[in-house]
Amino acid sequence: MRRIATVALLTVALPATSAQDAPQAFVGARLITITHGEIESGVLVVHRGKIVAAGKRSAVEIPRGATRHDGTGKVILPGLVDTHSHIGGGWAADGSAPIQPGVRVLDSIDVRDAGFQRAQAGGITTVNVMPGSGHLLSGQTVYLKTRDANTIEELAIRGADGRILGGMKMANGTNSRRDPPFPGTRGKSAALVREAFVAAQAYREKLARGSDPDKKPDRDLGLEALLEVLDGTRIVHHHTHRHDDIVTVLRLQKEFGFRVVLHHVSEGWKVADEIAAAGVGSSVIVVDSPGGKLEARDLLLETGAVMERAGAKVAFHTDDWITDSRLFLRSAALAVRAGMSRDGALRALTLAPAEMIDLGDRLGSLDAGKDADFVVLDGDPLSAYAKVLETWVDGAEVFDRHDPQDRLWAVGGYGAGEPRAGPLCCFGEEGWE
Amino acid sequence: MSARALRAASAAVLLLSSPAGAATLAVRAKTLHTVAGQPIRDGIVVVRDGKIVAVGPAARTSTPAGAEVLEAAVVVPGLVDAHTVVGLSGILNQPHDQDQLERSEPVQPELRAIDAYNARDELVAWVRSFGVTTIHAGHAPGALVSGQTLIAKTRGNTVDRAVIVPEAMVATTFGESAMHADREKGKAPGTRSKAVAMLRQELVQAREYAAKRASEDPAKRPERSLRQDALERVLARELPLLVTAERHQDILSVLRVAREFEIRVVLDGAAEAHLVLDEIRAAGVPVLPHPPMQRAWGEMENATMELAARLDAARIPFAFQSGFESYVPKTRVLLFEAAIGAANGLGPERALAAATIEAARILGVEERVGSIEVGKDGDLALYDGDPFEYTTHCIGVVIEGERFPGETH
Repeated sequence: MRRIATVALLTVALPATSAQDAPQAFVGARLITITHGEIESGVLVVHRGKIVAAGKRSAVEIPRGATRHDGTGKVILPGLVDTHSHIGGGWAADGSAPIQPGVRVLDSIDVRDAGFQRAQAGGITTVNVMPGSGHLLSGQTVYLKTRDANTIEELAIRGADGRILGGMKMANGTNSRRDPPFPGTRGKSAALVREAFVAAQAYREKLARGSDPDKKPDRDLGLEALLEVLDGTRIVHHHTHRHDDIVTVLRLQKEFGFRVVLHHVSEGWKVADEIAAAGVGSSVIVVDSPGGKLEARDLLLETGAVMERAGAKVAFHTDDWITDSRLFLRSAALAVRAGMSRDGALRALTLAPAEMIDLGDRLGSLDAGKDADFVVLDGDPLSAYAKVLETWVDGAEVFDRHDPQDRLWAVGGYGAGEPRAGPLCCFGEEGWE
Repeated sequence: MSARALRAASAAVLLLSSPAGAATLAVRAKTLHTVAGQPIRDGIVVVRDGKIVAVGPAARTSTPAGAEVLEAAVVVPGLVDAHTVVGLSGILNQPHDQDQLERSEPVQPELRAIDAYNARDELVAWVRSFGVTTIHAGHAPGALVSGQTLIAKTRGNTVDRAVIVPEAMVATTFGESAMHADREKGKAPGTRSKAVAMLRQELVQAREYAAKRASEDPAKRPERSLRQDALERVLARELPLLVTAERHQDILSVLRVAREFEIRVVLDGAAEAHLVLDEIRAAGVPVLPHPPMQRAWGEMENATMELAARLDAARIPFAFQSGFESYVPKTRVLLFEAAIGAANGLGPERALAAATIEAARILGVEERVGSIEVGKDGDLALYDGDPFEYTTHCIGVVIEGERFPGETH
């Protein structure tokens, strides 16, 4: 949501402040909590950016002075977590090398890109913004909240130490097979990745050789980032489609011990048992037809259902622009169409992806103490006719379908593709107050 | 087993239980949407020798003895996709299966879709499995004049078995995607004005060609030109010009050319049609709006999911299409696109019409397809609920009495 009228300059801070100071109570909505069932006519209380309570009306005390929101006939579910998006137009690695761990996508993201507004309109409150898949390793990803912001730092999710959180994007299969210096075969692709991790292991050994500054190796940003991968503090988000490529990822994961989430996983249904046995998460793409590239020929709508039955952990992602952030709920609904359980599919939009980016303790369910990220719908989240009415991030409303500008981003129309303007966009147009 | 083998196996099972040319088939539906009147509760449609011979409430419509009987919660006319490249732009997206666009010359109306259509491409069966039984398929947007389209049923192993109209429209493109790939090297068209000038020149020449061809003196007749033959049919209003144009100024250029040459045009894409609704309505031009889920970038940046509803409110004839996709997904699915239109202001009833009878009318095949009426082709789509709900399934398809599987989950 943006406030463009100049009058909003003076008032914009007020709702935000009050949102923080006074508790907000959403009364009477069906709450889809993810962790403790679906509650008819429940109450959700949020305060200072956190969820205070989510439960039956009889079990939740509405704090005095709370701002009440009538939830009658509405449905509230946790803010959606998109493990794989390209909103903001970020680009990390360039064409100079197939493996570039020192490059960060956060240095290239346009926070005013309308993609963030479309994500809000789709109920997405957290995104893992990824570099592309044309490299074996195309750089560091970044985990963002879909707030309205002027800087990437304002969007970034930080760890307890203040560090901006993100993963590492890797890919195998055909996208990263290109002319030199890129690999020409799958065998070469795997060999280059193994050499990179072996180099990181050697770097770690050198670092460990004592405190003498003269003996320490020169700092290498790329190797430092690979060490974070080897140490498990930076999760690998691995583009992979074909069954043999998926198994190659599992093989390398076993050899080097990094933590990995499989992305797209078009042929995951062929190796679902192997994926489940490896205990790694899968973030599945749901598209309307197979093909478009050789390795997506056997893509099925059933992938989520087959993987769920095998006991593998499943999330979905938009891969925006491949699918539209405004329609992320649809991915889960189509998976249900193809046999996945309702609970599993809704979890795959919320808690499962939150866990895949190590934020399961902060995001992904309506539980006290978690971030106040949630979506208000006018109907069932798996219905084609349901609309996102409101999206809230950290207890502040970022999307309101009744706001004309937000509605433009939600459905499209003239100007919908324009980047979000700053608060001074309209100076002089409506007079300064 | 591969996905293809799975799909083929399930198709085989159904085909075995459905002898080709089964004489009589009766389909009973809790809700029968004929699109020719109010929905019928507990309705029956009877298909004999490929044609619909009876439609009505079960209480008043008898099932012929010996007829094979199918049942479904909801039955609608087989869906009609008003514009796709399925059959020309194959599933693999490799050079050998991509015949949707020839870029060697900007103007090639002589190219015919029937000379490229692959009736066995897996995507034909894919869209059929969701209820699509008729497609208007042809050359993709991207060249100023890219070729002649066809209308086919989504069945048959050969183009001849599938096609119902071998030459339907002449596909053209206005706007940025019609610019020549090598315009930086001076190849035309490099601007909007140049593209329109080139098309006008072609139409002027074709008109002169047609006049000379009609000459009584054989010596004065020019040699036959396939290119001008095709445009002559456009000028004679036999074939409409299908013009992909997204920007409002390109849409207005289409209307200007149509007026000048008094030709029939069908607007395709038309992302900014909502800016020039009055002009489109005044011109009496039908619109095939872009798929509602088409990505809103480039020339599509001002696209709206409510375009179909806006056209409907403006009383402009329109029909849904799946359009062209160059990557993933390789094709959109008409059923899914109509659902988004239904949910964005159009409503399910009008969305169903726009995916069936309205498309048939714009394509000129409403005598055969698009509604469930006696005398029309026995083309039906069977669902286990509201066809537009995400979690509903297409449970079977009938094309001229021949049964095909629905979704195979």
